[in-house]
Amino acid sequence: MARDDKLRQTPSQTVGPYFAYGLTPEQYGYDYKQLVGNNLSAGDIAGERIAIRGQVFDGNGDTVRDAVLELWQADSQGRYAHPEDERGSNTGFAGFGRVGTGTLAEHFYEFQTIKPGAIGDGQAPHITVVVFMRGLLNHVYTRIYFSDEAAANDGDPVLAQIDPARRNTLIAQRQDGPDDADGADGAIYRFDIHMQGDQETVFFDA
Amino acid sequence: MSSQAGYTPRDWGSHPPYLSPEYKSTPLRAPGKPLVVLPQSLSERTGPVYGQNAVGPLDHDLTKIAATTGEPNGERIIVAGQVTDEAGRGVPHILLEVWQPNAAGRYQHADDQHDAPLDPNFLGAGRCVTDAEGRYRFITIKPGAYPWGNHYNAWRPNHIHFSLFGPSILTRLVTQMYFPGDPLLELDPIFNGVPEASRQLLVSKLSIELSEPEWALGYEFNIVLRGRAATPLED
Repeated sequence: MARDDKLRQTPSQTVGPYFAYGLTPEQYGYDYKQLVGNNLSAGDIAGERIAIRGQVFDGNGDTVRDAVLELWQADSQGRYAHPEDERGSNTGFAGFGRVGTGTLAEHFYEFQTIKPGAIGDGQAPHITVVVFMRGLLNHVYTRIYFSDEAAANDGDPVLAQIDPARRNTLIAQRQDGPDDADGADGAIYRFDIHMQGDQETVFFDA
Repeated sequence: MSSQAGYTPRDWGSHPPYLSPEYKSTPLRAPGKPLVVLPQSLSERTGPVYGQNAVGPLDHDLTKIAATTGEPNGERIIVAGQVTDEAGRGVPHILLEVWQPNAAGRYQHADDQHDAPLDPNFLGAGRCVTDAEGRYRFITIKPGAYPWGNHYNAWRPNHIHFSLFGPSILTRLVTQMYFPGDPLLELDPIFNGVPEASRQLLVSKLSIELSEPEWALGYEFNIVLRGRAATPLED
């Protein structure tokens, strides 16, 4: 088929300010079941339970109160619950989460999850993050790496491509909090997203 | 593991640029630096999987799922279409989520202060999973236009928000469906942020075939997601 015969991709549009009852209804108090929320590790899931929390900042440095974030990650053994990962995940871990920034104080977001394992292709443990918000006409992709995986991060081929001055925008900082704080066993990772400015997060085109 | 083909790139000739100054929320929220190209590893070629059992039996019918005392107000419509890749192949068994204001142009949301009535029988959210050919169908109420603060006397054209997954996290898409012949389209900076050649891809078509006599008009809205970068030889 000639290239010109290809259909054009449907253009992206902003998620807008009113996604809450469509995408995150229970989080925002709507009487409508949500398919996915901020707790990826509920139930009998193997792995180290962690929390990831942070804020999203606009170009003025103001917190964004109407962003929605999604996580996609491997299980604690580095396997994805998806047919293309031939190893499959046998942990019952779906690996997908979603949260809006409009319900916690100071527009924090927070996920409860498990720390992903390395997937075995040389990449350090990481989580894919998808970001949507009013004023963002196409979603952006970024990644969360972990500050306590320094050796693996040093060998990661994606981080190696990135300007060293910007690498730390992708590394969530481990803060050992009180046990069971926020539903996690202990470790909380801080991961902020800056849309612009000196600390602008590295966003990917994959 | 890497024997599978990756996905075609995002077509930046079809998607709106991040910075679209007429849409006044973009200057402080558009990424300031160029995106960094990321090879498509297993992390990119996989994504969340939802099956038919993820959605409830009424989730595709927005006129029913939140009804408390009767039918919602407004013009009942059917919105249906096919989700395909760029080669026209149906994308089966993927989740679609939709949300919209009611017939009066009011969202059931604390941030929406538009002086228009809420409808006790309408929430405005729904979802469904595509069939084996990538087809989907919703029943809803035609959404109303509403004012917004972008500029003096700014009004959004009638639209329904769509969220789709597709086979990988790379095929994720959030977009908006518009209605044919809406005179507000040419005044809308969100719609007009899309390159001109692709704008009509966001406008549904009135379909008499999808319409049901004595009951509801049908609008067809087909959606094209990123496909595999290379097709197998046997194709």
